[in-house]
Amino acid sequence: MKTICLYFEIHQIIHLKRYRFFDIGTDHYYYDDFENERSIADIAQRSYMPALNALLDMIKANDKYFKVAFSLSGVGIEQLEMHAPQVLDKLQELNETGCVEFLAEPYSHGLASLVNEDSFEVEVKKQCQKIKEYFGQTPKVLRNSSLIYNDDIGLKASQMGFKGMLTEGAKHVLGWKSPHYLYHCSMAPNLKLLLRDIRLSDDISLRFNNSEWDEYPLFADKYVAKIAALPQEEQVINIFMELSALGIAQPLSSNILEFLKAIPVCAKQAGITFSTPTEICTKMKSVAALEVPYALSWVDEERDVSCWLGNSMQREAFNKLYSVADRVRIANDLRINQDWDYLQASNNFRFMTTKNTGVTIDRGIYSSPFDAFTNYMNILGDFINRVNSLYPEEIGNEELNSLLTTIKNQGDEIRVKEKEIVRLQTKIAKIEAESDKLRAQLEKGERKAKPKKATVKKTAPKAEK
Amino acid sequence: MFGWEYPPHILGGLGTASFGITEGLHAQGDMEITFCLPKPWGDEDKNAANIVAMNCVPVAWRDVNYDYLKERLGNVMSPEYYYELRDNIYADFNYMNLNDLGCVEFSGRYPENLHEEINNYSIVAGVVARRESYDIIHAHDWLTYPAGIHAKQVSGKPLCIHVHATDFDRSRGKVNPTVYSIEKDGMDNADCIMCVSELTRQTVIKEYHQDPRKVYTVHNAVYPLAQELQDIPRPNHNGKEKTVTFLGRITMQKGPEYFVEAATMVLHRTRNVRFCMAGSGDMMDQMIMLAANRGIADRFHFPGFMRGKQVYECLKASDVYVMPSVSEPFGISPLEAMQCGTPTIISKQSGCAEILTNCIKVDYWDIHALADAIYSICHNDSLFEYLQTEGKNEVDQITWEKVGLWIRTLYERTINKK
Repeated sequence: MKTICLYFEIHQIIHLKRYRFFDIGTDHYYYDDFENERSIADIAQRSYMPALNALLDMIKANDKYFKVAFSLSGVGIEQLEMHAPQVLDKLQELNETGCVEFLAEPYSHGLASLVNEDSFEVEVKKQCQKIKEYFGQTPKVLRNSSLIYNDDIGLKASQMGFKGMLTEGAKHVLGWKSPHYLYHCSMAPNLKLLLRDIRLSDDISLRFNNSEWDEYPLFADKYVAKIAALPQEEQVINIFMELSALGIAQPLSSNILEFLKAIPVCAKQAGITFSTPTEICTKMKSVAALEVPYALSWVDEERDVSCWLGNSMQREAFNKLYSVADRVRIANDLRINQDWDYLQASNNFRFMTTKNTGVTIDRGIYSSPFDAFTNYMNILGDFINRVNSLYPEEIGNEELNSLLTTIKNQGDEIRVKEKEIVRLQTKIAKIEAESDKLRAQLEKGERKAKPKKATVKKTAPKAEK
Repeated sequence: MFGWEYPPHILGGLGTASFGITEGLHAQGDMEITFCLPKPWGDEDKNAANIVAMNCVPVAWRDVNYDYLKERLGNVMSPEYYYELRDNIYADFNYMNLNDLGCVEFSGRYPENLHEEINNYSIVAGVVARRESYDIIHAHDWLTYPAGIHAKQVSGKPLCIHVHATDFDRSRGKVNPTVYSIEKDGMDNADCIMCVSELTRQTVIKEYHQDPRKVYTVHNAVYPLAQELQDIPRPNHNGKEKTVTFLGRITMQKGPEYFVEAATMVLHRTRNVRFCMAGSGDMMDQMIMLAANRGIADRFHFPGFMRGKQVYECLKASDVYVMPSVSEPFGISPLEAMQCGTPTIISKQSGCAEILTNCIKVDYWDIHALADAIYSICHNDSLFEYLQTEGKNEVDQITWEKVGLWIRTLYERTINKK
């Protein structure tokens, strides 16, 4: 029986403000609050809310037949917390139906997985924690930023205890193979891989409203028929996209939500079920290992990391940023950590791309890739200065780490000792109080005894008791 | 073709562009070009065009013998050609200030009596126009428009004018009415107007009220560097002091004060950069004062006017080239800087910004952005290297041959329209 795995990404970056080099060292706030509020409010209103409402209706209407998965980047959650908390409420409402799975992903939506395993792990854990707080689920399946995946990342994910990972069904990796099976990581057989079906996903997220497309207009029955027409053995159809595809990339006026609502009905008729990634990973068996020596992603026609690291500017910015990764992690300073999350977002590197893809990308406030690079490097300059000024630069990371551990251990020791001291002090206080009482009684006894000397002998034994 | 300058004796971008266009057209193979110059020096490249020296064209009959002529004209013009031209004198210009050959003297520069020279040029053009046979007339810049109109009236052939600059660019909007009238007259009489950028084209349409259907954009290009110039070594400034260069006439049009202000902001933060303002012009003293007032004179240098190879040596020694022009019809010099592998910052108000992508573009008034861009190139090696290699690759694709082809298409359209 065929099953559809529907997954949506929810991520919005914290926009950086125009930051000139003369601000370095004087201004440590890097964000464009107005733009953040404006963009998130706009997206929530035009896309997230109507889309989530539609999904909720679908779950209710189909009585647990329909299932869906989401992943939220930590940075995205922070944006929603600040500017559009109704989206999080809606997600919680969806969560209560029991038909929704939340996946793990790096907190910052950054590229740490390519360069620094430890940072990557910390980030993923931080995001899992956040998901747990909000939805009470511990994610079991990992989705890396923009579905970036290679064998090393797979191995790391499996070591972190994930059952599966989502990634792209890129042609240069699959070759003749079909994305409609479950695969596993070649270096960690326990880690299952779910591959996105490029064509079926992009039919919705990229082409739905394109009247020049030869399959336009796309109807749900036609779409489901395409899935049903696949060979009997091909059972997993992974349809992954950004949630903003519904409403932003494809406007609501194209009736994309009506289309979406009709899919479960049509699927039911065709005997196609819906599953969450975890269900697929536990129920199904992998058909083969997938070898991915070089990182792939779901971006551009190349499906690789060239849109973030394609030119020398992007690589310099990337290398500079991650040169302080260990230091940031060890220092563990609250404000630095926050900026670290925001600066890592891969979108910042995307703005610097010089690739000619034929698709114009929205560079936000930047007029050119050079402008984006300049602004980012200025901010990075200030950020790195701040990181370095936390501790003297001459101290190497390892030394610093050991020093900090020593300090922490000593701190712990001191805390234990302080507790002991407090305990002993209270003990002393108690004893003193008791002895005071005794002394007081004794004195009382003596005072009573003075006027009537005759009674001394009577009372004295009492006091001695 | 009527022009005012031709290499190697050039005063500005006009000569370079005229030469490039001529070469580009010559590369088509089946085109003969007669190029009229007010005062050639004899060492011009005669490969692409037959150069007519306007200061040797007789406008009044003089009986001179062959040997004397040969001695007088030297390698500028052949005596036979002189006699042929003499047969085409169309009126008596003896009242004018003529020399012993019956010719008008030209300075070939931009003298005080420029308007008189323009007028004389057009008188002489009448003689040449009667002697030569041609299919189309091409006049470069306003100085030669009257000559072009004259030739058109004589021959009835279509007139193309090439707008390298308008007075609106040169004067930041405060136009000289005489110049404007010459320009407007030229444009009104032209059958085809070629502008060096869309920016100029819009000026021509809006300010000179021309029919957009006859106004075309013909972007300039740049010549591949001579081997000798390519061989000039690039000093490696990695980790050392960086040099930021402004190169051009120091006049209002080029926006030198924005460069000084941006330099001040950069030097306020970092001392590891030097600024160089090469060229001369009416605002030079003012700029020296400004640099001194801002307290950056120790790192701000004025090496003066540069010519020939010096220009390329200066460009190659620079880490950033800046052209903050307030209004630049095209601006070939950033292309030359990019050829030398120097990252370039240009103002969005420059015509060349329309065709360049691997350079940084800022608004000329946005000194913060300008300073930021300078700082960024000086401090981020990857940006420097990217702009260096990609900029050079890009500029190598912009050739006069392509421009020539486009001009030829426009010629054909104009002739067929007639």
